[in-house]
Amino acid sequence: MLAADAAFLGFARALRAAGVDAGAERLHSFLRAVDTLRPGMRSDVYWAGRLTLCGSRDDLERYERVFAAYFGSGGSFGRPRHTTPPPGLRLVVRDAPPGTRTPRDGEQQVPPTAALASSTEVLRHRDVAALDEAERAQLRRLLAAFTLPGQARRTARRRPARRGDVDPHRTVREMLRRGGEPARLRRHERAERPRRVVLLVDVSGSMAPYADALLRFAHAAVRGQRTEVFTIGTRLTRVTRELSHRDPDLAMAAVAGAVPDWRGGTRLGELLREFLNRWGQRGMARGAVVVVLSDGWERGDPELLAAQMRRLHRLAHRVIWANPRKARPGYAPLAAGMAAALPSVDAFVEGHSLAALERLAAVVRGAPVETGVLGGKGADGA
Amino acid sequence: MDSPEQVRARLEETGYLVDDGLAIACFLALRLHRPIFCEGDAGVGKTALASALAEALDAPLVRLQCYEGIDASQALYDWDFPRQLLHLRAAEAAGVTDAERLESELYDRRFLIARPLLQALQTQPSVLLVDEIDRADDEFEAFLLELLSEFSVTIPELGTLRAEVPPVVVLTSNRTREVHDALKRRCLYHWFDHPGFARELAIVRRRLPAVSARLAEQVTALVQALREQDLLKPPGVAETIDWAQALDALGANEVDAELAVATLGSVLKYREDAERARGLDLAAVLAARGA
Repeated sequence: MLAADAAFLGFARALRAAGVDAGAERLHSFLRAVDTLRPGMRSDVYWAGRLTLCGSRDDLERYERVFAAYFGSGGSFGRPRHTTPPPGLRLVVRDAPPGTRTPRDGEQQVPPTAALASSTEVLRHRDVAALDEAERAQLRRLLAAFTLPGQARRTARRRPARRGDVDPHRTVREMLRRGGEPARLRRHERAERPRRVVLLVDVSGSMAPYADALLRFAHAAVRGQRTEVFTIGTRLTRVTRELSHRDPDLAMAAVAGAVPDWRGGTRLGELLREFLNRWGQRGMARGAVVVVLSDGWERGDPELLAAQMRRLHRLAHRVIWANPRKARPGYAPLAAGMAAALPSVDAFVEGHSLAALERLAAVVRGAPVETGVLGGKGADGA
Repeated sequence: MDSPEQVRARLEETGYLVDDGLAIACFLALRLHRPIFCEGDAGVGKTALASALAEALDAPLVRLQCYEGIDASQALYDWDFPRQLLHLRAAEAAGVTDAERLESELYDRRFLIARPLLQALQTQPSVLLVDEIDRADDEFEAFLLELLSEFSVTIPELGTLRAEVPPVVVLTSNRTREVHDALKRRCLYHWFDHPGFARELAIVRRRLPAVSARLAEQVTALVQALREQDLLKPPGVAETIDWAQALDALGANEVDAELAVATLGSVLKYREDAERARGLDLAAVLAARGA
């Protein structure tokens, strides 16, 4: 029994190495579950582990991979091979949407022409792409102070208030306290809560000069509770959890580890579809403020991007597109992807400097956009 | 029930077909008193599992539907203020002057309204379904975690109520939001996949015994083919059953491509999906299933 337990512990360690959060409590349940079932049976151990050690659908693929590598894919069970599988080995691919999971490597995109820096004023207005190292450090400190609450919406909850409807519960309680004498009427009104904010950060090659600053912006935003962050490039990665480290540098390191597609190409349309299928339509984008931080350089079919943007626009409360290149003199939304997306965008803003990001935060909070409103509601054609 | 096979047999008697993983999950849930955390697309039988378990265990099903802003007074218990007030008035009219006794009477069990969670603790045995936990707020999750680890509730005025036999708990989530890890750690995690052809056909036959075998087979084949398409909302088993039922209601014993397209509305709920399906060669799918 001891030897078997040691094997199971080793298995849990291999799982942790593969990125499954199989902590002590989960391990304890695993051992109890195996004990309840038949420890010698391969399928029982498989299911006991899958039920207790995994916590999300993303874990399942890793679990299958590690299980096959650790216990071997064939019958005998006693002598596990103590090797963690090499990363990238994929024995089982579970219902990956066709073509969306394979990153096209080597799709390095050279950042287009160097910035014609509009650097006349203070750091606040400087283009992030044109800063030197010391200025970047200062910018990081400034970015850390950001918050990003979404626009307020009314909730189903009510809270005590001076005016509003009569609150029977509190009124009756008040009467009880006075032995049933009619007392003052207590009132309540609808509470307000900020909407969820979803940030989609483009980390492709053409956005490389801005990616760090934008992710730090996202990090500051995640501390406000209802914010979700995804990176898009050649694949879609949810980095909300990685960004929840309190320390910005640790968070950035965690994101760097989790995102496999830095500085690759961009497949905005396809990834937006994946986002909507897996997360957005189920509820994450519903009634939310969705911010796309991208330059709109689309390598795929702009028609697909246009269709997905229309879908997003129908689900979300507001779609905001922040494009760092918008601030360049003489900018026109000519990139195929940008032009395709704009009809479904409620607010089109810049995102190249601290001041622009402050502006973006204000728009997310619900401030009107005075210039550069393009398209907006209406032009959907859907 | 002593083994996963027995659990499976009992569940199948109720008309709910389970695979190995789910049978083991249910068995472990009963043995280790752990909640089952069910995730998967809509319409794959997450909620139905709870009612099947309730039937198999011959226990009442207590359902808590979560929504944004749900709190303890809606999920756990509440005091019946109007009745307390009436009691107070009646006592006053009868000339009761012992204030202390009166007060202790006010917070008596009979003035307690048990909401689903408390009901589940008080009813033994019972099956508790916490539906769509992802819709509730984080605070509620923390509250639920506390309840699910102890299976007891402390009511300040009454003391601690504990379930001697903890209820069987089924949590479902549609993944609109990531549920907190601490809660998931307490649970057995099961992902519901869409069933394969044979199992789905068996489910349809079991749920709709009146529908002709041929129609059930054809409808299942069509749904399986639709699921392979890149749809906005792939149909679940619930939709397969709906479709078969709809066709049966039309008096059909078998289905051709034309009839399938005409009744597509019972299985696909998005215009884009329906258009895509119309572009498919449904006749070929039916032909592949054998004439």
